[in-house]
Amino acid sequence: MTGGGPAHGPELTATAAAGDSPQSAGVAGSVASTGTPAIEAAPSFWAKFSKSSPLVALIVQRFALSIGLLFAVSLMIFGGVEALPGDFATTYLGQSATPQAIENIRKDLGLDQPATTRYVQWLGGAIKGDFGKSWASRNSVSEQIGKRLGNSLFLAFFAAIISVPLAVGLGMLAVQYRNRLPDKIINVISLAAISLPEFFVGYLLILFFAVKMGIATFPATVYDSMTLGQRLSAIALPTATLVLVVLAHMMRMTRAAILNVMSSAYVETAELKGLSGLRIIARHAAPNAVAPVINVIALNLAYLVVGVVVVEVVFVYPGMGQYMVDAVTVRDMPVVQACGLIFAAFYIFLNMFADILAIVANPRLRHPR
Amino acid sequence: MPDLLSVKNLKIEATSYPPGEPPKTVTLVEGVSFDVEKGKVLGLIGESGAGKSTIGLTALAYGRGGVRITGGEVKLNGEDLLKLSPAGIRKVRGCKVCYVAQSAAAAFNPAHRLGEQVIEASLKHGIMSRAEAEKRALYLFRVLGLPNPETFGQRYPHQVSGGQLQRAMTAMALCPNPELIVFDEPTTALDVTTQIDVLAAIKHAIEETHTAALYITHDLAVVAQITDDILVLRHGKMVEYGTVREIIEEPKQDYTRALVNVRGTRRDEAPDQSDTLLKVENITAGYSNGFKVLQDVSLHLPKGQTLAVVGESGSGKSTLARVITGLLPPQDGTISFDGKPLPKALKGRSNDELRRIQMIYQMADTAMNPRQTVRDIIGRPLTFYYGMRGARKTERVKELLDQIEMGGRFADRYPAELSGGQKQRIAIARALAAQPELILCDEPTSALDPLVAEGILKLLLKLQEETQVSYMFITHDIAIVRAIADSVAVMHRGKLVRFGPKSKVLSPPFDDYTDLLLKSVPEMEIGWLERVLATRRMESAGN
Repeated sequence: MTGGGPAHGPELTATAAAGDSPQSAGVAGSVASTGTPAIEAAPSFWAKFSKSSPLVALIVQRFALSIGLLFAVSLMIFGGVEALPGDFATTYLGQSATPQAIENIRKDLGLDQPATTRYVQWLGGAIKGDFGKSWASRNSVSEQIGKRLGNSLFLAFFAAIISVPLAVGLGMLAVQYRNRLPDKIINVISLAAISLPEFFVGYLLILFFAVKMGIATFPATVYDSMTLGQRLSAIALPTATLVLVVLAHMMRMTRAAILNVMSSAYVETAELKGLSGLRIIARHAAPNAVAPVINVIALNLAYLVVGVVVVEVVFVYPGMGQYMVDAVTVRDMPVVQACGLIFAAFYIFLNMFADILAIVANPRLRHPR
Repeated sequence: MPDLLSVKNLKIEATSYPPGEPPKTVTLVEGVSFDVEKGKVLGLIGESGAGKSTIGLTALAYGRGGVRITGGEVKLNGEDLLKLSPAGIRKVRGCKVCYVAQSAAAAFNPAHRLGEQVIEASLKHGIMSRAEAEKRALYLFRVLGLPNPETFGQRYPHQVSGGQLQRAMTAMALCPNPELIVFDEPTTALDVTTQIDVLAAIKHAIEETHTAALYITHDLAVVAQITDDILVLRHGKMVEYGTVREIIEEPKQDYTRALVNVRGTRRDEAPDQSDTLLKVENITAGYSNGFKVLQDVSLHLPKGQTLAVVGESGSGKSTLARVITGLLPPQDGTISFDGKPLPKALKGRSNDELRRIQMIYQMADTAMNPRQTVRDIIGRPLTFYYGMRGARKTERVKELLDQIEMGGRFADRYPAELSGGQKQRIAIARALAAQPELILCDEPTSALDPLVAEGILKLLLKLQEETQVSYMFITHDIAIVRAIADSVAVMHRGKLVRFGPKSKVLSPPFDDYTDLLLKSVPEMEIGWLERVLATRRMESAGN
């Protein structure tokens, strides 16, 4: 699934880039041209609306685009699963597969109906939160996923609240000491972290902290009966691995975005006001570097939810990624589809929030003339 | 009176990194000394590259980019700024010395409200409490004549006009009650009609607050209105230093004399009796969103003459040129050239129709391919229109280079190896290569220093005599109109407000807009600003 998420990346970042353009005229113009058909049906109203409150108009537009994109993705997931080679019935029956038995199971699972009917049924259920029953365990997919998703989000949440402030802070520090020793140390460490594969980082951490020093818990498996403290201690190493993996990307983007702003005339003005270096970075440079940084943060947060499968396997952590991989091996399609759709939804909506935040951060849109 | 700022024997260097060569140390400023007394204004004047801004910023102990102050002393109240620690320098900046940048639009942070930015330095240096600072900002907004001073601070930079931003920047500099303000070309980016208001506001504010100032500009006429003393700079060295009266009325150096007399060129108009070359009738043009940039514009231009089109930014001057070239087909109206109607769109025009109208742009830099040599740039129209190649083309390129007074040795240079004035000359040669009958000149001198600009104007006049080419010369500078035009068109908000022979357009009775435009052009005369402001007050009192 690591590859599945980023595949949607480019189209999303492309729309984000269009929205970030500082010319409010350009942004307002793009509303009309990229609006969904429903919006274009009433051009005069929409044109008026987007002029009087461009902020709300852009947010509404982003939301509509995200919903549309999610539908397109659901179609692709369903089509992709249909196109997969192999068959659940054959895998399930193994040696005892007779044509009659296979036929019975296919009928039992509703596979004899046309694909369009099954798609509409599946999507109708998914909108209501019902992803059907797992073919392998005959249990409700939603119920099983709920617990796994909770575990994944628990891990992602702690990785995020450590890595995001750390990345932004280190990025600002690197700007303050640019091309001097602290900047170079931060760069070398973060580049090393991003260059090592995450399973390798994971094993290194296990080697040092669990095996040699014995201060960390391994494996990181969590149970229902655990207290919060026990859980936190269990996820310490996977969280550290994820932080190291996503940190460098966000840190370097923060550094680049702020450095870009640092050469502008208003930063010189701030310097000539006699302000201190850190105040210039935090108050005068950072607010104008928000849009690109937010986008990178969103991509990495999505990765924390969507792309953790390797880390989950290394640390034997019962999250969504492992659940999905298991389902793929036994061709348990309802589970694969549900996981795919949920991952896509996370990816799309995190990017949507990033877009909206970047729009809100632009004073030209917040305060039209 | 003791000197507030005393600069002695200043030396400023920078390191340049030419590709493929070892780094070189360049001396930008050498041997510059001057003093500013409390409450006095010193003008620093010179063309670009003279080191004006670099010297101005030393008063804040600041070097842009890789610029280093390597020698001399900069004493503020007897204390050498160059010997201070970084923390000590920060206590001077934004507290004792403040800075007003050329482009306030870029110098204000787009993410914060104007009021916050204006009072920030006062608060950070602990000069006053927030309430006191806000009160002072309000007072300054009033003094500088900003609209709705009570709510002005609530606005964001993109919500106010360029002239207002420049005044807000002045308020920001004045707010901490500094002893010295460095004004770095504060009115250069503004329209002439806006410039006069900002100048008056700055002058009034300086008088009101008894702040001393360094006023940097390339325009001697502006500096004459606002300063007590003038220091003339060239190539980083002092040319002449004296009171305004000494510099303007009795300049001792040749260079200063040339600067003072730069706007002296005048030419009598030729009688309008030759055949009409260009005739524009009832042109209305605009963009697809319905916004009309030009409305019902009609004018004509005789063969071998110059029509100056004057107006401030946004008046539609450049759009008119785009319509004539066919780049922007008009929605209504006709253009005829040499008696025949011209197809509206560029695509409909024949090669010969294209050849007869050429264009020169404001930024010669961006109008040339930086990867082509001068030979290729001038040679292109020769091949395109006349099919010239080989020795004939080389010969013709050399002829054209001689015609623009540069010579064949420039043929193998790249644009980056030329000065601003030389680039504009190459652009003129490229236009001439097509042997056009009309050249549209879109502010070709407004990005150039006054003396260089004058050279370009003289060249254009010489070429007109030699080749009988007509010019449509777009400008916002009345002095240029006086120097070169035969007829004048005054544009305002997309409409033609006045059109006719130069002598008629530039003499009374005036319409309101032409009157305002003419009165706003600074004149090389001490007391001009006061006089104009006094007449304005009388007029408004009379109304």
